Amino acid sequence: MHNYEQKEAVRIGFYICHCGHNIASIVDVKAVAEYVKSLPGVVVSCEYKYMCSDPGQELIQKDIHEHSLNRIIVASCSPLLHEHTFRTAVEKGGLNPYYFQMVNIREDVSWVHTDAKAATEKSKDLARAAVQRVFHHKALETKHVKIHPDVLIVGGGIAGIHAALTLANSGKKVFLVERQPTIGGHMAMFDKTFPTLDCAACILTPKMSQVKNHPNITLWTYSEVTKVDGYVGNYKITIKRKPRYINEELCVGCMDCIEKCVYKEGKTPDEFNVGLSKRKPVYIPFPQATPQIVLIDPEACIEFKSGRCKKTCVEACDRKAIDFNQKEEMKEIEVGTIILATGYHTFDAKRVPFYGYGKYPNVYTSLEVERLVNASGPTGGELILRDGRHPKTVGIIHCVGSRDKNTNRWCSRTCCMYSLKLAHLLKEHTEAEVYNFYIDIRAAGKSYEEFYDKLLDENVHFIRGRVAEVSDWAVRSSEEGKLIIRAEDTMIGIVRRIPVDMVVLAVGMEPQSDSQDVRRLFNISCSTEGFFLERHPKLAPVDTFTDGIFIAGACQGPKDIPDSVAQAGAAAAQALTLIDTGEIELEPNTAFVVQDDCSGCRTCLTICPYNAISRDEAKQKAFINEALCKGCGTCVAACPSGAIKQNLFEDEMIFSEINGLLENTPVVCC
Amino acid sequence: MPEKPKVTFYWCASCGGCEESVVDLAENILDVVAAVDIVMWPVAMDFKKKDVEAMEDKSILVSMINGAIRTSEQEEMAKLMRRKSQLVIAYGSCAHLGGIPGLANQFQREEILQYIFEESPSTVNPQKTRPERKVMTNGNAVTLPNFFNVVRALDQVIDVDYYLPGCPPTPKLLKQALDALLSGNLPEKGTVLAPDIALCDECPKKDTKPSDLKFTEFKRPHLVQIDSATCLLAQGIVCMGPATRGGCEGVCISGNMPCTGCFGPTSRVKDQGAKILSALASQVEAKDEKGIDATLATIPDPVGTFYRYGLPISLLRRKNF
Repeated sequence: MHNYEQKEAVRIGFYICHCGHNIASIVDVKAVAEYVKSLPGVVVSCEYKYMCSDPGQELIQKDIHEHSLNRIIVASCSPLLHEHTFRTAVEKGGLNPYYFQMVNIREDVSWVHTDAKAATEKSKDLARAAVQRVFHHKALETKHVKIHPDVLIVGGGIAGIHAALTLANSGKKVFLVERQPTIGGHMAMFDKTFPTLDCAACILTPKMSQVKNHPNITLWTYSEVTKVDGYVGNYKITIKRKPRYINEELCVGCMDCIEKCVYKEGKTPDEFNVGLSKRKPVYIPFPQATPQIVLIDPEACIEFKSGRCKKTCVEACDRKAIDFNQKEEMKEIEVGTIILATGYHTFDAKRVPFYGYGKYPNVYTSLEVERLVNASGPTGGELILRDGRHPKTVGIIHCVGSRDKNTNRWCSRTCCMYSLKLAHLLKEHTEAEVYNFYIDIRAAGKSYEEFYDKLLDENVHFIRGRVAEVSDWAVRSSEEGKLIIRAEDTMIGIVRRIPVDMVVLAVGMEPQSDSQDVRRLFNISCSTEGFFLERHPKLAPVDTFTDGIFIAGACQGPKDIPDSVAQAGAAAAQALTLIDTGEIELEPNTAFVVQDDCSGCRTCLTICPYNAISRDEAKQKAFINEALCKGCGTCVAACPSGAIKQNLFEDEMIFSEINGLLENTPVVCC
Repeated sequence: MPEKPKVTFYWCASCGGCEESVVDLAENILDVVAAVDIVMWPVAMDFKKKDVEAMEDKSILVSMINGAIRTSEQEEMAKLMRRKSQLVIAYGSCAHLGGIPGLANQFQREEILQYIFEESPSTVNPQKTRPERKVMTNGNAVTLPNFFNVVRALDQVIDVDYYLPGCPPTPKLLKQALDALLSGNLPEKGTVLAPDIALCDECPKKDTKPSDLKFTEFKRPHLVQIDSATCLLAQGIVCMGPATRGGCEGVCISGNMPCTGCFGPTSRVKDQGAKILSALASQVEAKDEKGIDATLATIPDPVGTFYRYGLPISLLRRKNF
């Protein structure tokens, strides 16, 4: 059917790589090279130990000159690894890099097959497909796009804060978007930090106010990203700003409205104190909340529920900042790069029912204890149990929702250390006997092991063994009125029953419950457990598979504060690299509308995920903005009259490749 | 007076509509008759196979063959016409694409014969008698042609020079083709003698087609009070226009009937049915599997809808005879 005209004779150079033993141990590379030599258009066909090495690349360049080659095929590893290498080599040889085609016979053949004969035949088939494909290759031009210098950071925990300040201090404009009414994240809820026992708030709140006051940072709390369009360097972001029912410009955080609220006492569980105290409908999460602006919870406020409140808050506000009619607001911004620092979620201790959380009042999660021992917490730092007593014995159970086949298999990395810290704080606050029930103490970190040693000197008890259950079933008089922790002590090989007044569950770290939605929104990947997936676990730990989007902190995996801060700095540096480079090279695998062929049927207009297609109303034809096109091919497939083509993926190329793959006898197609 | 160019019209598996379309040239047919010698036209003139056999090879300027190839007789005649003609034009959808008869490729030969001679509602045949390929009467053998297992388009049987699309081709396109033939002003071999752009380009309702059709169901034309001013797809009716070559000037659409795709795809498309499916499916409103299934279930006959004319040449085509 096609009338493909060949402007010049196709002269193919084919190179098959041994990849040491990786390929050559399964695939008979000599036989494949010999076979490809017989295919039409092939001028050179040879094998070489490492095609990606300098001599391998030079071989291609030499052959281009000596044999006037105009198509190059390398059968080796995955294009993800070395396509760029070989394209560059081909370009250095004086040929347009897009006359190059790669055949993956490592990941697709030698690594996945054990039958050498069949693997060799499959390699021949794949090589033949490429040979038939390259006949249709064309010279293409690489495009460059500018990188917008502004950065979006999602998540205002310590990672997001650190990344924002790093970028802002280097002169870049940053938009920091936080879902909660205040930034600070989990760190703001902690009492002290291990191993230095710095007060978390003392080191964090100055950074929070720096964020608020930084001229280069636009801080939007109580806000969520709802839409992400565009591509690296040119993202268009839509952000929903939820109504606080307070005019942010007018409120100065005097909190008079809170005091004058018709509710004399709070009735709603206080989120910041993990439900250990109650707050009013008009509230501020905590005294150092940033921004220092109150908000109204419409679920709790009488005015919202009945419209019949005396509105004493309005009377109290001399700045007239309260606005019951405030509506949610959508903001649209343009940024070039994005850092996701969306944090984590603590394991729900109710999922391990035999530890009694929710059943026995004196079983606490570690996060609750952080608040209980905190001077600004619900009890002013006095350790009072839910039943009003002061604990004399405390048991801390490690690995709750971590290292457990029934819940989460991974180690949450922070629990050992914060359990040691809590043991120290509990002892300091109550002089109680503290027992730690652990599987292993993982104290790998600077000064962490020393901190563990210090705890041993503080007479904290360590019992090595997984706890079987927590119950109130007393069998001895000494156990009456206590919680009994039953655990095997593997050091002495017996099952022990330890009666305590208070149990602390060291809950692990999990991905945020909506991490899959966020992943889809930003078009990145998650690993199996739901943490965001880095581009490379070792060499690109803060990059993602989507250019221009970076990850930092516990959204990528369980992490303590120093690691989160280090990652945030790394992510900021990666963003800065892109911004300061100023532009990025784009693959020319974009789609285009052949104007004469377009019937103007509009099918393509709304299906483009990148909004790259518009309609020229005068000509009544579709038009693709190649800078916006990511080469996904959706429009190419959908165009009902074949008027849209895609570079590197034209029908002739794909069908020739398929024909080549399926034909046992070599035939130049079309 | 020099000899006039010789022309034939031949029909294979077709309905006869293509023959009608020749007559639809109206008074222009007189010019045609004046310019050429028609040496074979079974529907209108009494020439026999042996008359054509007697001609020299390539002595006919052009043979216009309509209909698909279903039987051995049609194949034999097509090959004969090819040998005797300088040019062969596949005339109409059946010769061009396989056509309506090509929908039979969804079934095996035996299923078809069994239905026709035993099961169809109008058949009474308790003995299950089937026609014999060869019958002896009075010492003479009477034979029937072989009924192939597969219906083929003309170019799957013989070499074809041009295609005149349509069910049937419009008089305007036929006139243009004849003028080109007689003037010798011929396009590249293999050309479909119609514009190579989809029907939407010339559709009278083009301006009313929305960008996103948001299909919640597909409606059959007889179930809708059709608004004659609005794009049929916008009214939920499957119109093949976006995936069909233009050139008919929207005759069906002007009559408030959707395009059924008889002109076939543009030269750039290998599979018309797959293309329109891809286009329409991408505009289904539902995004969950259940909703999508419910929407697609409103198309009672997907093959007959999307491959009405082109099944034999589609990627779904059957290869075994």
